[in-house]
Amino acid sequence: MKKTLGSLAAAFVLTLGLAAPAAAQEQFIVVASTTSTEQSGLFKHILPRFTEQSGIEVRVVAQGTGQALKTAANGDADVVLVHDTVAEEKFVADGFGVDRRPVMYNDFILIGPKADPAEARSQGEGSTVPALQKIAQAEAPFVSRGDNSGTHAAELRFWSQAGVDVKAASGNWYRETGSGMGPTLNTAAAMDAYVLADRGTWLSFKNRGNLEILVEGDPAMFNQYGVILVNPERHPHVKADAGRAFMDWLTSEDGQQAIASYQIDGEQLFFPNAE
Amino acid sequence: MRNFSILPLELCGVSFSAGGKKLIHDIDLMIEDGPATILLGPNGAGKSLLLRLCHGLLQPTTGQVIWRDLGRHMPKLHAMVFQRPVMLRRSAAANIDYALKLNGICRQSRKKLVAEALELAGLSDQAQTPARVLSGGQQQRLAIARAWACRPQVLFLDEPTASLDPQATKAVETLIGQVQESGTKIIMTTHDLGQARRLAGEVLFLHSGRLIEHRPAEPFFSGPATSEARAFLAGDLLW
Amino acid sequence: MSTIGESFAAALALILGMDPALREIVGLSLQVSLTAVFLAALIGLPLGALLALSSFPGRGAVIVLSNTLMGLPPVVVGLLVYLMLSRAGPFGVLSLLYTPTAMIIAQVVLVTPIIVAYSRQVVEDLWTEYGEQLRSLGAGRLSATPTLLWEGRFPLTTGILAGFGRASAEVGAVMIVGGNIEHVTRVMTTAIALEVSRGDLPLALGLGIVLLILSLGVNAATALLAMATRQERRLMRRRVA
Repeated sequence: MKKTLGSLAAAFVLTLGLAAPAAAQEQFIVVASTTSTEQSGLFKHILPRFTEQSGIEVRVVAQGTGQALKTAANGDADVVLVHDTVAEEKFVADGFGVDRRPVMYNDFILIGPKADPAEARSQGEGSTVPALQKIAQAEAPFVSRGDNSGTHAAELRFWSQAGVDVKAASGNWYRETGSGMGPTLNTAAAMDAYVLADRGTWLSFKNRGNLEILVEGDPAMFNQYGVILVNPERHPHVKADAGRAFMDWLTSEDGQQAIASYQIDGEQLFFPNAE
Repeated sequence: MRNFSILPLELCGVSFSAGGKKLIHDIDLMIEDGPATILLGPNGAGKSLLLRLCHGLLQPTTGQVIWRDLGRHMPKLHAMVFQRPVMLRRSAAANIDYALKLNGICRQSRKKLVAEALELAGLSDQAQTPARVLSGGQQQRLAIARAWACRPQVLFLDEPTASLDPQATKAVETLIGQVQESGTKIIMTTHDLGQARRLAGEVLFLHSGRLIEHRPAEPFFSGPATSEARAFLAGDLLW
Repeated sequence: MSTIGESFAAALALILGMDPALREIVGLSLQVSLTAVFLAALIGLPLGALLALSSFPGRGAVIVLSNTLMGLPPVVVGLLVYLMLSRAGPFGVLSLLYTPTAMIIAQVVLVTPIIVAYSRQVVEDLWTEYGEQLRSLGAGRLSATPTLLWEGRFPLTTGILAGFGRASAEVGAVMIVGGNIEHVTRVMTTAIALEVSRGDLPLALGLGIVLLILSLGVNAATALLAMATRQERRLMRRRVA
């Protein structure tokens, strides 16, 4: 029995050795990004191309935009790729990041039950704000991310344009889940509620229930993604060269083509627009 | 074989209290080497307590337990077997080996000593049997063998046959006799007056935590000096 | 087909297909949780035994504290370990965040209190039973510690399995300190959380079933080991006889 224990212990120690990070093995960078890019499958589509060309592995930590910026501010990532222009500019102004570049956009869409009890269904420019007003008037259930993400920030901007005080309705017809896009869509599907989502997550989302797209095509709903290098002067350990290589590739013709070529069910999810 | 002896064992004014109750009262006594010393007395007389005080498991509240030729902390020269000995969850042989190892005996000598102890207890065939699977009588014999393996000069036994059938009792008594022949002084408690008559060289009679009589066995059994001992031997209830 | 039915079909397909991605995730899950439990046992068993056998002022408070730590929410542990390992934290220079090592550290923190509590209780009970005998044989409290841990190996195994259960089932801590990075720190539970996010509930539940089978495997292996030990003894006995 003692021998068995001894060999067991040896096996464990061996496992422990294997568990140590394989950092020395190859070069890698950590990218803090949003759930929308990870869960839509975009990264899975484009990253292997970059790694093949550069030999740099990209490790994506998918969080909400707010949390991703916080992670980067702590120096726990080399690059951030998020979608909240206002917050991104503040991040750079505060000295946490440098070299912000636009990469691509997708768009937000308003999802709701097929029956559309608030009669919010509409198309095209300027359709979003009135649709939200109708939902508020009907006090139809609306589910919000409530997690300080880029999508959440955009949603709050629309509500304020609509002149609706959602804070007052919180817990009533307005429900904040405090979670990512996917869990929020799950909640909306279960409640037959309205919800603002990014198109990428919606297209790859499987548990749709009775929900469908009600409002789309409003230019106000464009959702710009930017990429920022974490300030190497502030965090000297940041892999600036590898990070810049990634940013250069993303904004290069090659990278932009890779983004454009990603489709789900024949539908393009992200539209490259690097300058 | 032995060039010094820890006996006689001397108790000077030993008292023991627990929970505000005085359980052992000012006992003065001297136990010499020789035939077995048997502690007798009704339940609650303090027999087991006195054994534990002598063995060093309990410290007297007042008074002293003095062994000759020995610093205070050398338990290996006197050992104890409990009424319900605790067997380790391992083989009979390993139980004895464990006790020897605790006393710092090297692996080479241990092997021989384990075999001898098992032989003495008649348990050689059960060497590899898990100790807890042994019968009550076998476990008691193993406990004695384990205590004896370190060759103690004194062996305390607390009611060693209390819950055994007559056949097992006989085997244990035989083993006690063998241990005694090997030169180990036996100090034990028992409830069984027949056993006391069979084994005793001298008797310590306790009652209510006091030492009432301390005499050679023969005169004690034929003519007890005190009324308490007389009543006890007659089978009267005492308290 | 119902979601539950689809889930079983998904689980079956995953297992039968020996999906390489699944194999990687299962492998990492086992590696992280088993290592964490092994280290937690290394820390927790002697600590629990010491707590059981020693007496010092404030011992009661320490026991209450360690029992309370059993109820620590994994997310909180994750957050604490994150703050320690973050570049902005005291151990940032070690570059451990978002690595399997960080996940192991978080799970060690989660599991150790369970093992401490089990071993304290087991050793305390054993000391009541064995204490006098061991002292008589010449063992002190300190030298009795390994003996008692060995004597209590069967109930202690239960405690270690409980620890493994907590480690392999938790998602909050490993999500925060591991980051759920594909091929690097994605384990069963974070993969399940991801599939829930993507609304692929059958696949999520399918992965859950695989996790359950995994846990069953570990428990069964432990039971078999215990049985084999007894068998071995029986054989040895027969050989002697």
